[in-house]
Amino acid sequence: MSVVIHRVDKSFKEFRALKQVDLRLDSGELFGVIGPDGAGKSTLFRIIASLLAPDSGRCEVNGFNVVRDYREVRRLIGYMPGRFSLYMDLSVEENLNFYARVFGTSVRANYELIREVYRHIEPFKKRLAKRLSGGMKQKLALSCALIHRPQVLVLDEPTTGVDAVSRGEFWELLESIRQEGITILVSTPYMDEAERCDRVALMQKGRVLDVADPSEIGKGDMLPIYALRSNREVYPFLKRIRKLEGCRSAWLFGDELHVTLKAPQHASAFRKEIAGWEDDSLKWVPISPSIEDRFMWLMTEAGEAGTAPGSMNENNSLSEDYKYT
Amino acid sequence: MRIIYTLLVKEFKQIFRNRFMLPVIFVIPLVQMIILTYAASLEMKDIKMAVVDQDHSTASRLLVSSFTGSPFFRITLQTGDDREATRWLHRDKVDVILHVKDDFEKGLFREGSADLQLVINAINATEAGLIQAYCTRIITGFNSQLRTGLSGPESSAGMPSLEIIPAFWYNPEFDYKIYMFCGILVILVTLIGMLLTALNLVREKEMGTTEQINVTPIRKTHFIIAKLLPFWIIALFELGFGLILGRLLYDLPIVGSPLLLFLFAAIYLLAVLGIGLFLSTMSHTQQQLMFMSFFFMVTFILMSGVFTPTESMPDWAQEMNRVNPLAYFMRVIRMILLKGSGFRDISREFFSMLVYASTILTLAVVSYRKTT
Repeated sequence: MSVVIHRVDKSFKEFRALKQVDLRLDSGELFGVIGPDGAGKSTLFRIIASLLAPDSGRCEVNGFNVVRDYREVRRLIGYMPGRFSLYMDLSVEENLNFYARVFGTSVRANYELIREVYRHIEPFKKRLAKRLSGGMKQKLALSCALIHRPQVLVLDEPTTGVDAVSRGEFWELLESIRQEGITILVSTPYMDEAERCDRVALMQKGRVLDVADPSEIGKGDMLPIYALRSNREVYPFLKRIRKLEGCRSAWLFGDELHVTLKAPQHASAFRKEIAGWEDDSLKWVPISPSIEDRFMWLMTEAGEAGTAPGSMNENNSLSEDYKYT
Repeated sequence: MRIIYTLLVKEFKQIFRNRFMLPVIFVIPLVQMIILTYAASLEMKDIKMAVVDQDHSTASRLLVSSFTGSPFFRITLQTGDDREATRWLHRDKVDVILHVKDDFEKGLFREGSADLQLVINAINATEAGLIQAYCTRIITGFNSQLRTGLSGPESSAGMPSLEIIPAFWYNPEFDYKIYMFCGILVILVTLIGMLLTALNLVREKEMGTTEQINVTPIRKTHFIIAKLLPFWIIALFELGFGLILGRLLYDLPIVGSPLLLFLFAAIYLLAVLGIGLFLSTMSHTQQQLMFMSFFFMVTFILMSGVFTPTESMPDWAQEMNRVNPLAYFMRVIRMILLKGSGFRDISREFFSMLVYASTILTLAVVSYRKTT
């Protein structure tokens, strides 16, 4: 076990940020935590990084308790906060050297480890950090988090605010870092990124809803799922669908509506009803659920999402829409 | 040590990369030393005076001429109408009215005494006090001149008279600029030490870089030392820079040991940096910090005795000055530079400052949190 989180609770005044969180990470795995903003991902990561103490429960990194043995933990982990936290008025090279020296090592000693990441930004090593693009900033932050050869890498939403190409590159880099035997814990609001992890945990409102292999996550106990597609806007139909008898839950998914039913026999009634909705392009098809559908379904099961209006944005991100529910 | 060294290198890089820093370090002292020293001078020239002479006698003319002869006074109105003079005073065209009544000479020679009236615009109390002092000096001079003139030079030996010849110790030419200069230098060094330290600390807080720093093996004390040391050095450098400027511009006498001054300043700055650190723990943004330090600086400066002697303040104010570091340094810098005081003379201030510095630093370090 590389990271053990056992029944961790954390509250900020009245707000319960984490509720009885349990997670176990194997050594060398790439573990993703997915959930909308406010799900408690950052709080959880800050506890693992020894920046916050849990109210109750236990958190260990390679057997070291994050509260009692925080000094050891800080040497073992490489942490990359959600907000860019390097020195804007120092150059790429100076930032890297600074963090290397603070950990009592040098860039040269660990160059092999960071080479894959660093070679992208090395041509700009004299440039001040504030003049880097979003993607380059992330790579610099990753280099700095890696420079002391940590055993566990904790990355809090590393790809938020980064363009699609850089995001793809970034995940390839994570893959290569994992080859070095480093355990990686990464959070993201993007569903498509979850598929690149070995395992993912779905988080919502301070709880871990599910932990599973991303390829498995759509299967199991999930009900059949249908999509309502049209050449026109489908959003106006959302309310009507939800009012239908036999509708268990419905949500917007990109430019379609996804629906689960209380029982499979309702399907024919739905088909009939929709045929009378004066839109010839409307199609009602059974589909195999994606990880995002799984997530939405789990949230409905927890009694939280089915009533939530709104849609996923273009990036299939949950972050904006469920912030205010 | 390695960590502190690494942090210091980083701090200095950031400080000198900040475009705002170099002007602060070099231009502000120049401007303050040159402009403020002259501007804040208490010497007055060109006091505008109205003379209402209703006597028109030899004695009254003699009196008026001794005012005309003084470099401090300029007589802008000479009239027999006291209402006109009052109007001029109302309109701010004159600062003072000298009123000589029509029985002035008669009184002087018949009864041996006569009254004069001075009407001074006292909106600015300091200025009014000065005008009064200058007038009194001239009238006293006129008085003794009159007595020698009246009794004749040969009989003056028989007339006992007191003459005061003032000797201005430690500032023989009564040069107000030197006195002011010391005060402004103290303010400058304090401002650099307190404000820049606090701003730097809060800036780090605002940028959110502490989140990354906190997961490194850097300890709180390392971090604080590396934050304070650069400004301690810069403030001491500023003191030296100021002294050189003073020497060149004003022929500032450095009677005592500069080494002793730097020793005291070193301790003093620890206290000032401690206050800066303390202020930074209480504010989240640079704006909040500016308002708070403005409040403290203005209070400290006005009570420190830069313009008005602390001894003439009410007792409660003097008690309050015990926690005003500026008051100590203000006294000590003048004692060392102008009077040549040695360590024994300033030992009380020195040890007070030592206690002060260690108290405030401990307090500040304890209340400092790297997290927000």
